[in-house]
Amino acid sequence: MSAAALETRGLCKSFGALTVADDINFRLETGARHALIGPNGAGKTTFVNMLTGALPPSSGRIVLGGEDITAMGQAKRVKRGLGRTFQINALFRRLAVIDNVALAVAERRGVARRMLRAASTHADVCAESMDLLATLGLAEDASVRIVDLPYGKQRLVEIAIALGLKPRVLLLDEPAAGVPSLESHRILQVLDNLPKHIAILIIEHDMDLVFRFARRITVMVQGEVLVEGPPEEIAKDRRVHQVYLGEQHHG
Amino acid sequence: MSAHAGGYSADPRIRWIESLPWIVAIVAFFALPEYLSLGARILIYILYALSLDLIVGYAGIITLGHSAYFGLGAYVAGILAAKAGIGDPVVQLGAASVLLEIANKATTLTGGADGLSGVVVAPILGLFRFDIFGKTAYLYCLLVLLLGWWLVRKMIYSPFGTSLTGVRENSLRMHAIGAPVYWRLVLVYTLSATIAGAAGGLITQTNQFVGLNVLSFESAGELLVMLILGGVGRIYGAFVGPVVYLIAQDFLAKQFPEYWYFGIGTMLVLVVMFARGGILGILDGALVKLRGRP
Repeated sequence: MSAAALETRGLCKSFGALTVADDINFRLETGARHALIGPNGAGKTTFVNMLTGALPPSSGRIVLGGEDITAMGQAKRVKRGLGRTFQINALFRRLAVIDNVALAVAERRGVARRMLRAASTHADVCAESMDLLATLGLAEDASVRIVDLPYGKQRLVEIAIALGLKPRVLLLDEPAAGVPSLESHRILQVLDNLPKHIAILIIEHDMDLVFRFARRITVMVQGEVLVEGPPEEIAKDRRVHQVYLGEQHHG
Repeated sequence: MSAHAGGYSADPRIRWIESLPWIVAIVAFFALPEYLSLGARILIYILYALSLDLIVGYAGIITLGHSAYFGLGAYVAGILAAKAGIGDPVVQLGAASVLLEIANKATTLTGGADGLSGVVVAPILGLFRFDIFGKTAYLYCLLVLLLGWWLVRKMIYSPFGTSLTGVRENSLRMHAIGAPVYWRLVLVYTLSATIAGAAGGLITQTNQFVGLNVLSFESAGELLVMLILGGVGRIYGAFVGPVVYLIAQDFLAKQFPEYWYFGIGTMLVLVVMFARGGILGILDGALVKLRGRP
């Protein structure tokens, strides 16, 4: 079996007596379109935070492209190709859209620490950032500050920043959160057009989006993996209906 | 109009309006010869405020400890001249930044609460002698400020400066894009402390005396008030603030020797309540309104 893009082995996390992740064995294949779903409090965000290095696991291992990254800091994981977006916008609000993306591009290119030349004379960073914005349909908004940008487009900038890191693995934490369903098709369109070689793990509550986008779905409940499989199987699975979709109908 | 300058879409060229402070400084030199010592003090505080703006305005970290660096610079300059006989200001300024860490408060060295007098400042580079009218001191401070401003401005427009703004705007995201946030902050603190130390050195060289007040909490608080008055995170807020504050202080202290702090306090309250962007923020707002009209 070839190395997965990202893999966890026996990953656990507990806060005192409370276990929020219990023996998670998870495999994200190269170029995957994988969704992680589960009711609120299932431990999805905790899982993602352990993957990115924001939260140290209590035990278990995380392997990125064959390399054990369990003890590695967040920045190093990013350098090795692990990118993420946030459920709640984590943008540079008073900066222009182009600066939001360029910050990420400059970090990846290793020029972010330079202080002798003006940022705008780094033509490679600027050009790459503009190209990226153009592919997301944001070129016209390049000089608009985030605070002046409509929310739907802010969600796209959220993705654009992560893409500026040229990740091999991209973790999308509810990319359509808060976006009216009329506009969420734009997000889906962007997701569909992401480069095929990027392995994508999406955490999402919008089931339409999940079933249209994902080719594989993992269902998490109370810190454990309940079931994993292709969308058709998950849609039919009785346990999933009980535990997850059941709760969806309530609220 | 955004509060911050710099960024990947910003034009780094110097605009004509940016020459205004320097023109004012030169005009003041010829027009107000009797105020040169106040002028030099203002120039020094501008440099000091500029160093603070790097941390507060750009990296977004409030600090009340900046007088430590200013004071260290001041004492290093004083000790070098009074105890070690190294009186050349330019040599000192270089040494001050290197020796920041070895300075200490030992009474034999610093004179303790009485301050350190007997600071004899040698001619700058052996050429320009300090005169009693403060002409040399003023021009010397102006030159050092010009250098400091140039460095700070360059830094703010650079990728490094933009990444600092990124830390201010969202440090969570800076971590997530792989930025070594901690080391960025260490670097900007070091640069800022060096500039503050240089400003402290200037104070000693122009006053030929250094007292413990340079290290005091009041000194750091006063500086923060100046920066807030002028406008935080705008480079030129650091120019406007000290000018307004120190001139107001000079004027008010003469008119109302006992109540002058009341005037300063009133200004600060008004700015904080009605003009969060400081005096420059008010000017910005007025400009936008003017331009908005047909």
